[in-house]
Amino acid sequence: MRLIKQNIEKKDGSGSATLLPEEPEDMWHAYNLIRPTDLLRASALRRITTESATGSTSSQRVQTTLTLRVTKLDFDPQASQLHVSGTVAEENKYVKLGGFHTLDLELQRNFTLTKADGWDSVALAQLRESIDQTKKAVCWAVVMQEGLANICLITEYQTILRQRVEVSLPKKRGTGKSSDHEKAVQRFFHTVLETLLRQLDLANSPASPVLLASPGFTATSFQSYIKSAASSSTPGIDVKTLKALLPQLLVAHSASGYLHSLAEVLASPAVTAKLSDTKFARETQLMDRFYELLRKDDGRAWYGPREIERAVEKGAVGRGGGVLLISNSLFRSQDVAVRRRWVTLVDKVKDDEGGEVRILSSVHESGKRLEGLGGVAAILTFPIEDLDDMGGEEGGEDVEEDEVVQPEVEGVEGRETIHEEFEI
Amino acid sequence: MSGHRRVKDIDYDEDGLDSYEEDHSEEEGELSLEDKGMAHLIIRLDNLRKPQRTSLLQQMRQNTILVKEALGDEHGVSEQAIQEALWHYYYDVGKSVAYLKNQHTPKQPKKPKQESRFDRAAAAATPMKASSGELSSSLTTRTFQNGIGARKNLLFPWPGHPRKITTSMVHPYPLLGYPLPEPPPYYFSNVPPGALLACAPGITSRSYLPDYVPVRRTQPRGPLLGGSASAAKPSKLAALAAARKKKDAEQKAAARTVDEGHKSSVSLLDRLAKKDIGAVETREENKSWVVTQAASTSSYPLRRKRDPSPVRTPPTSDAPQAKQPEEKPQEQTDLRAMPSIFARTICFALPRPSHVEQKQSDSMPYLSCHDCATATVPEVNRTKRDFFAGPSPDDVVLNAQAKASSSKSKQAPSKKPSGPKSEDGTNGVTNGVEKLSVEDIIPQRTKSKNLDIPALYASRPYKPSASFVVIGHVDHGKSTLMGRLLYDLKVVDQRSVDKLRREATNTGKSSFALAWVMDSTSEERERGITVDIAMNHFETSKCTFTILDAPGHKDFVPNMIAGASQADFAVLVIDASTNAFESGLRGQTKEHALLVRSAGVRGVVVAVNKMDACGWNKERFEEIRSQIGAFLSSAGFKEENIVFVPCAGLTGENVVHSLLPSNTQASWWHHGPLVSTLETQARASGTLDLRRPFRLQVSDVFRGGITNPLSVSGKVEQGAVQAGDVLLAQPAGQTACVKAIEVDNEAADYAVAGQIATLHLTDIEAQYLRSGDILCDPTKAVKNITTFTAKVLAFEALLPQGVDVHRGRLHVPGRVKRLLAVLDKGTGQVAKKQPRVVQAGAVARVSIEFDGEVGIPLEVGNRVVLRNAGETIAAGLIEGVSS
Repeated sequence: MRLIKQNIEKKDGSGSATLLPEEPEDMWHAYNLIRPTDLLRASALRRITTESATGSTSSQRVQTTLTLRVTKLDFDPQASQLHVSGTVAEENKYVKLGGFHTLDLELQRNFTLTKADGWDSVALAQLRESIDQTKKAVCWAVVMQEGLANICLITEYQTILRQRVEVSLPKKRGTGKSSDHEKAVQRFFHTVLETLLRQLDLANSPASPVLLASPGFTATSFQSYIKSAASSSTPGIDVKTLKALLPQLLVAHSASGYLHSLAEVLASPAVTAKLSDTKFARETQLMDRFYELLRKDDGRAWYGPREIERAVEKGAVGRGGGVLLISNSLFRSQDVAVRRRWVTLVDKVKDDEGGEVRILSSVHESGKRLEGLGGVAAILTFPIEDLDDMGGEEGGEDVEEDEVVQPEVEGVEGRETIHEEFEI
Repeated sequence: MSGHRRVKDIDYDEDGLDSYEEDHSEEEGELSLEDKGMAHLIIRLDNLRKPQRTSLLQQMRQNTILVKEALGDEHGVSEQAIQEALWHYYYDVGKSVAYLKNQHTPKQPKKPKQESRFDRAAAAATPMKASSGELSSSLTTRTFQNGIGARKNLLFPWPGHPRKITTSMVHPYPLLGYPLPEPPPYYFSNVPPGALLACAPGITSRSYLPDYVPVRRTQPRGPLLGGSASAAKPSKLAALAAARKKKDAEQKAAARTVDEGHKSSVSLLDRLAKKDIGAVETREENKSWVVTQAASTSSYPLRRKRDPSPVRTPPTSDAPQAKQPEEKPQEQTDLRAMPSIFARTICFALPRPSHVEQKQSDSMPYLSCHDCATATVPEVNRTKRDFFAGPSPDDVVLNAQAKASSSKSKQAPSKKPSGPKSEDGTNGVTNGVEKLSVEDIIPQRTKSKNLDIPALYASRPYKPSASFVVIGHVDHGKSTLMGRLLYDLKVVDQRSVDKLRREATNTGKSSFALAWVMDSTSEERERGITVDIAMNHFETSKCTFTILDAPGHKDFVPNMIAGASQADFAVLVIDASTNAFESGLRGQTKEHALLVRSAGVRGVVVAVNKMDACGWNKERFEEIRSQIGAFLSSAGFKEENIVFVPCAGLTGENVVHSLLPSNTQASWWHHGPLVSTLETQARASGTLDLRRPFRLQVSDVFRGGITNPLSVSGKVEQGAVQAGDVLLAQPAGQTACVKAIEVDNEAADYAVAGQIATLHLTDIEAQYLRSGDILCDPTKAVKNITTFTAKVLAFEALLPQGVDVHRGRLHVPGRVKRLLAVLDKGTGQVAKKQPRVVQAGAVARVSIEFDGEVGIPLEVGNRVVLRNAGETIAAGLIEGVSS
């Protein structure tokens, strides 16, 4: 995404930013930037129905620029499309104030975003992240087992399941050679390869690493199948594109062919060495460490909203190893108060305590693991027992604290940087 | 052929056989009332050609005398017969004599006479003035009888109309060449032209033709019964029937000469009866014609067409046709619906309809067997009661009407004039059709035998059977041990093992030869490890067994779980050699033992393998026994259910055969070999409640063969199934029908809980079946669920996390949604609610959720295993489900 223009105030975070989404992944960023109650100004296709004096109606589609007060966001990760619903906040000749509209954000079309309650630190960090122009590493992965293959695209922020191939394979039978089974396996490989090539679209896009992961030897067999297919003409498969693919193949081990095994795959050193992106590797590492501590049950690993808030209160998530892991889905809450609560928590850890804050993408593998824990977890600097048993309803207090809007020094600096680098 | 005919025609011309003209005109009156226009024509011709006729008469007389002389007295052939023969043979004396000699068994003189009487009577009814006289009437009769045959043979033109023939040669539709006469009002008055057309299929397109019979006769007959007329070849049976009929008629005729004579008045019935006789004679004559004229195409069907009643042939209509070389258009008249109209108007004069019916049935090739076989029966009846031999006038009318009303009715076999016989024929056909349809409509759907399975099962010849899963760490020799077992039990023959040995040696893995008995895929052989469960059956004198050889490798634990879920007991194979046992303990030995225990397996036989490698060291065996015994006890196996056996799979010592006395190192072992231990484990399956709803987890979906394109195998978890049952496949929600069942590779009528069965299914697509699916009783089906709570024993720390849920072959991703409580191991009471983490070894109640919308077929009481990242983290029992 490119930042076209921004006028965010240092002090109160008011102001707007105009952005230009350039690639599908930017929709994901937009999804995380735009929140309910924000003001979004973007081009939209509106169907206008006019009624003539005689009562006959005619409708036409007009391209117009609408300003919406966002009520709902809907992100389709498969198609990388973001549908934003809202009420019209600025009247024009086609629409009345308060009318409803759902627009699809389009690539290569500017949109301007104004935060209802100002740009907070998390939003600014998100903005900074989304306009990062360094080339993102993209990697394909085929997580498979016999009869099942999940072909997915792994980007910096997302793991997108593109295609799932599921074939019923007959098992080996009897003492004789199981030709049925082997034929079926070959057919399965053929199908997976065809599907993979279709997804990769090697003719139009540069080859990116393709990770083959499976328990046992399925991935290895598949790799050798691709090799043999590249050396001989297999019907339906272009040998040239296949040869281009060969050096990109990377075989790894996974516990199963299901998608959640991908975390294990991505954490493996062979893969992290190949993938330039260390953000994800770091996140996976932290998650693994968290799980390890949790298994040890030494009181330094906690998860769950209330527990973590208490731990932060106690200053346990601070300098010297304190890590707050939080899923970005928490910031997408419809409820402004809830969003503020998490922003406050992040700010507190980052600014007051000096701990490390990792905002994990909820559509990435490690983020999904975190989701299972309630979206927030922390590694404490010192063990605290019975965080969960400390009764008392402190939620109300939390909300009160959230009311206090803290000016952020770091955020302002970030904004200036943005100004210098990206303003056109 | 037409050339030939023309020659003959010329002869006639020269002979000038005038009298025939009159005959024809007579016939015109009788036969072709429908052909009024033609009649006018003929009359005109008659007037013109009187001299010719006279000369023809003279020739006939002369020739008759000649024939009489040639025949002498002994044959007793009447003059009429002679004249008739002469007529047939175109006044060829020699031929006629030969014919008469052949044909006339002594005494058959009355026939012609009767016919002539008939003709006379008929002639009397006609408005036309017919010349009387013995000769003419006999000739008329002849024409009458022979009409169809004559038309068939083509050598039998209407000799009296030579001129006309030439005309018709010029004009394909000869009538058009003449002024079209008005149709007689009495003929058409009450019959709409449409009805005529309806009666004669194929005409309608020729609308430019008047509704004349003769013209219509030129129409090619449509394939009314699905084939061309000439192709309607009668079967042998039909031919036989016809022959018999002929014989009958002959006898009849002979008898009639006695009692009937020619004294009695001409009654309708009489006439009808005579028709038959006439037809018979015609047939005889025609037969001879067929013989002499072998040139005619497909003489067989043609002859059949010729059977006919005399009425069929109105000479006027045939005369023009005689010129046409094709026989088909002439034959086609047979099936045309003319009789219907005729019957309506003056049915009494015409016995023809019955004949027409006969022809119809004859021309139905697919009915021919029935018809002709039954056709003889009415003939017999006819000999008994002559007067009712022919169809009654009512029948004639009814049949004709039926025919006229719908072309379909023509297919009905109406040969039998009346009574039950025709019904029989119809029933025969309908029955046949029904039979066909029964077979077609109900496909291969298997009919249930409705067996009382519990009773059958209780009364079956008892032989204990059991399945066991072979578990243990990778490379501890599971597959080799089982290969040895099968080899020594002669389940696998020497030749196969030799072949495997050769292959193994060639690839430098000679020690794997026996394992390859179980490891049949190329990948397994290449890598030297088992990947998937191998299932095999063997039988000892006491028991039948099913081996489930599980893979030992860590990555294939899911497959091992699938095997464990089908087993009655387990064989834990442990490598006794140094370090191998210890590494196994760290590896899959313990995990497998825990998994089989959590799959519900109670008994375990510990085969301490590779004892030869440690020199049958008793201390080593005891060490392993103590360690593993302690572990198994802690895992929940009862002491009495754990048996240890030392053995050596590669060499086969103490596997099937007891240890040899020569093996002094192993003299300390006094208990039997592995097989006898297995037999003690194979307990009777106890009292099964076979009335519980059927459940089978699909372990494998495969093509059972050409006749069984879709088969599944798996262990029947509860209930029973028999061929013909309808089952529900979950989660697909599709029903399937059980076509056949196999248990232990042998066809069975039913399968009961505990058996590993192969079900051959129909009425379901393969896409709806995956391994891990459940086949169940549709009335008490397993529900697809998305969430369940389970009481689990945690092998590893259990957190809210993603897990693989295993149940037998079922392997689906899910996640631990909530940790509900940690339970007290002893009492099962809640020790701590909402724990943050469930530590290894603790018992907890957890809630697990699946991602998909469809749901997973699980129910309360199912045992599940939770795994994550290649490790078993928990196993337990489902307590509650929700969808």
